[in-house]
Amino acid sequence: MSDYDVLIIGAGITGAAIARELSKFKLKILLLDKEAEPAFGVSKSNSGIIHAGTQNPPGSLKGRLCVEGNRLMREEMAKDLGLHFIQCGQLIVIFDLKDLPELEKIRLEGETLGVEDLRIVDRLWLNAHEPGLGPEVQAALYVPSAGIISPYRFVYALVENAVRNGVELKTSHKVTAIKRLKGGEPGFEVTAARQVFRTRFLVNAAGLFADEVSALAGGADFKITPRKGEEYLLDKKREHIANHIIFPLPTPDSKGILIIRTSDGNPMIGPTAHATEDKGDLSTTDEGLAEVLAGARRMMPTISKSDIIAYFSGLRPVCGHDFIIRHEDKAPGLVNVAGIQSPGLTAAPAIANHARDILADNGLELIPRKDFHRNREKPVHLLQIPLSKTRELIKKEPAYGDIVCRCEMVSAQEIRDAIKRGARTLDGVKFRTRAQSGRCHGGFCTTRIVKIMQEELGLPVEEITKRGPGSELIMDERK
Amino acid sequence: MTKRELVIVGGGPAGMAAALAAKESGVRDILLLERDQHLGGILNQCIHPGFGLHRFKAELTGPEYADRFIKMVKDSPEIQVSLRSFVVKLTGDKKISYLKPGALEEIEAGAIILATGCRERTREMIPIPGSRPAGIYPAGLAQKMINMEGWIPGKEAVIVGSGDIGLIMARRMVLEGMKVKAVIEIQKTSRGLVRNVVQCLEDYGIPLYLSHKITKIYGANRVEKVGVVEVDENFNEKPGTGFELSCDTVLISVGLIPENELLEMAGAAIDRVTNTPVGPEVNLTSIPGIFACGNAAKVYDLVDWVSRDSEKAGKMAAEYLGGKAL
Repeated sequence: MSDYDVLIIGAGITGAAIARELSKFKLKILLLDKEAEPAFGVSKSNSGIIHAGTQNPPGSLKGRLCVEGNRLMREEMAKDLGLHFIQCGQLIVIFDLKDLPELEKIRLEGETLGVEDLRIVDRLWLNAHEPGLGPEVQAALYVPSAGIISPYRFVYALVENAVRNGVELKTSHKVTAIKRLKGGEPGFEVTAARQVFRTRFLVNAAGLFADEVSALAGGADFKITPRKGEEYLLDKKREHIANHIIFPLPTPDSKGILIIRTSDGNPMIGPTAHATEDKGDLSTTDEGLAEVLAGARRMMPTISKSDIIAYFSGLRPVCGHDFIIRHEDKAPGLVNVAGIQSPGLTAAPAIANHARDILADNGLELIPRKDFHRNREKPVHLLQIPLSKTRELIKKEPAYGDIVCRCEMVSAQEIRDAIKRGARTLDGVKFRTRAQSGRCHGGFCTTRIVKIMQEELGLPVEEITKRGPGSELIMDERK
Repeated sequence: MTKRELVIVGGGPAGMAAALAAKESGVRDILLLERDQHLGGILNQCIHPGFGLHRFKAELTGPEYADRFIKMVKDSPEIQVSLRSFVVKLTGDKKISYLKPGALEEIEAGAIILATGCRERTREMIPIPGSRPAGIYPAGLAQKMINMEGWIPGKEAVIVGSGDIGLIMARRMVLEGMKVKAVIEIQKTSRGLVRNVVQCLEDYGIPLYLSHKITKIYGANRVEKVGVVEVDENFNEKPGTGFELSCDTVLISVGLIPENELLEMAGAAIDRVTNTPVGPEVNLTSIPGIFACGNAAKVYDLVDWVSRDSEKAGKMAAEYLGGKAL
């Protein structure tokens, strides 16, 4: 008898979406992550684009799941999970009318996949709808179903809702060994943080490390090659620089350097796309900055280096050209969900449904739970609500009027809410609330946030970390 | 919406001096908004001496200098202080909204003085390539941690930029038992006061590398080391001059930016390069009746001059109010 029906390795967007989908059924589910909090791997550096499904080859798993994931976001997910999803639409621009056939090809391929309302727009249309575009831009493909979301808050919403529905979450649990159960019994023994968990089914959603996990479990041999992307965030003062997400024509390896509206207001430019061997290489470079600025400025020349207030790198877990989502017959019970690079965030809800069906095909019994809680209460973000609503909130909870982060207007109560919902690190608070992500980068609010974390978590200051063990902020306290 | 004669945003040295001068000039209804739980602003974390030599002919620490003003403010019934009060909205017709624990207040002011100080330029603005581990702090944040909270950030530090806060923090960290390996300055000369270079670096044997820059920060979870290189007059790397310094802490001290986001929200003209108000003279903005003083108006070297000029702002506001009926 196994402890769990399903054990999911990886609490990024993929693992979180699968956990939440499976929590609709009468199953005992464990979600493990090696980091201190969910979304701290590949997902935290995601651009936050909910793609329409264009720029994927027809017949690809990516294309089909992206279109379906986009539909699920628009029709269900955003509402059910209280997500701040903005369907702002996307433009793919060309600098030379000779490239019109390329746009036409993307349009036809998109329509084949089921992307709706695609149309090619001319410079006059662009002048009216995206006036900041540079003079080189000649025409564009308008993709209205694309949108934006906060990638980590999408993950947190899924995890919170999964946990509400009975999923067990264990963070700082790095999987070190996986063994098949003895005596021919189907299932696995998974060792993580020196504990052993027995499970009937194993879902590998380990992102950059999915190849290593598959090998540990005796599954297929494949190799994840990280492809690094550097992103640069602009000051919120430039919020209205773009009405859409703006793309150039794609290259064979990436969708190009983009101008990305974000759901928090700060526009973002990037990402680069360069293969690397190092799964820990999250550095940014002078060359990356130059490449991103040049690409973005060609589409929108008013963007300048002095607009940049933050930058980071992410690693795409690349394995070939398509997602790998399959049961591994040589390790019965193992479902690999690997190579989930772009458009993985968009596709995640559809990936979860696909993984659910694969598990069912391989013997997982799915009995719907009558007490499934579909909805998750939307967290308060003062910056997203009018002052009249803030006034009402403060009447009920005075600490919503106690502002901690001046740049992003985050109150003490929002920080307490975030900790109650699972934040355990300074980055976890930042990703959930935006405190420290404004133009002063926590220069003013860090000490206050640390003190609130100490109060809520009951920890000495030396144990408060940026992103988990090893990233302690303070070495010593004078008492 | 309640009406007030004069609202001052910021209870640091600039806001307090402006409030006191406005009172002296006859304004009877002054509301001083401060977002922190104390008056005094950044002076509270500046526990080193060197303040007040001009103003009080005495060498005071930051908190001592602030206390002299706080006492005068508290002795002035005309000045009402509201702490933990954070302005969320300012309009060009001088309507101001602020949050405090338990309330959202909306006020129509006769005149407004913004004394909002400045923020530090960050690592992101330079920018420094590399990873983003724990242990990188703006120098002013490190100062607040050590002086206000007693939190010692690490064991070995490198300081980027030779601004005054960085120099003062070099000495402060040594006094707290940390090792300061170097101060790295891209310019040919220090940005800070000469007395700080002498008293904070030379007296403690801390090397100052002029015409050098940080090329990269290394470390996965916590800072492990930095790369340093010498630069030519165009700030380009001189080949073959690179070296590395191991450290667990990096302080960034590369200048200050006036905080004028409220003024910008009100629709006033802002200089894009300096982030200061555009006006005919210091303390004036492009909107009549809205004034800016202290480090929000321009970045000062000495608090003594902040007090002096902010008093002028208080007088200007009083004159403005005197010339028009509420």
